[in-house]
Amino acid sequence: MEITINQTPFKLPQGASIVEAIEAFGAEPPYAIALNLTFVHRQRYSETILTQGDALEIVQPVAGG
Amino acid sequence: MSLLENPDPLVLYGTSFPSRLLLGTAQYPSPEVLRQAVEISGPSFLTVSLRRQAAGHNEIGGQSFWDLLSTLKIPFLPNTAGCHTPEEVWTTAQMAREVFETPWIKLELIGDDYTLQPDTLEMVGVAERLLQDGFKVLPYCTEDLVLCRRLVDIGCEAIMPWAAPIGTGRGALNPYALRLLRERLSVPMLIDAGIGRPSHACEVMEWGFDGVLLNTAVAKAADPIRLAGAFKKAIEAGREAFLGGTMTQRETAEASTPILGTPFWHQNPS
Repeated sequence: MEITINQTPFKLPQGASIVEAIEAFGAEPPYAIALNLTFVHRQRYSETILTQGDALEIVQPVAGG
Repeated sequence: MSLLENPDPLVLYGTSFPSRLLLGTAQYPSPEVLRQAVEISGPSFLTVSLRRQAAGHNEIGGQSFWDLLSTLKIPFLPNTAGCHTPEEVWTTAQMAREVFETPWIKLELIGDDYTLQPDTLEMVGVAERLLQDGFKVLPYCTEDLVLCRRLVDIGCEAIMPWAAPIGTGRGALNPYALRLLRERLSVPMLIDAGIGRPSHACEVMEWGFDGVLLNTAVAKAADPIRLAGAFKKAIEAGREAFLGGTMTQRETAEASTPILGTPFWHQNPS
């Protein structure tokens, strides 16, 4: 199955959760995640199963005004 | 200045803050300059944001930025900069709450990319949704009286009208509307965006605004650290002037030195 993480295509096995996506991406904490524009609390990463075409956003703290 | 030393704290959503300056963290020449600017100005909040993490390398934020923020020990005010829809704001705010572990959110919902003018039509709805979910919302808004009143009506305990478009440094473009806003609404109001000089900040504080949020005016100064200190003093001076009450302007001159007893008064025979 193919999904995008921060708009980059990634191939993951069927039934993969957000935890597998984080590992594939190599995300470094601290970060937060949205799946298809919906926030996913960190406690729900392992139970959230991804499907073909999902768009995952992994964001981190940056400077801001 | 600590809260114990400050008899006139900034109060937002029932919480007292020692300073009336809020400082952005973007665009500084280096992390060390940011650190020193924070140290000299002593802001009540540091504004921060969220952006996509890049796989493999993270030059614009990440752990090093997080480590710097942690050492500064100033409360975070995450923003929703770059959001163009209420849904984007809603999702970004939730992510910010998790990452920064704070209920405070600077609501930015952009309605026009050229001016970065807030979307005044959609802002109230998403502000209400955030408030209902427990966020302490500081909405970046225009000086429109009706918009600001709606934001207060739905529960915003403070609002942040702009002085001028973000990053322009032009100072208050519509003094009449801002002063009228101050007169009509009693909630704390922080001027956010458009301030360029300490005199701009002092002026709006003299009008009775409760604080100023700065970023570009400090970060893009030739000497950001010195300007951070100058803005701190200007904001304090403006607040003192407001509390003290400035004199009423007159159209004609009036001597300040007493006339009575002036030497040589009416001695000329002519």
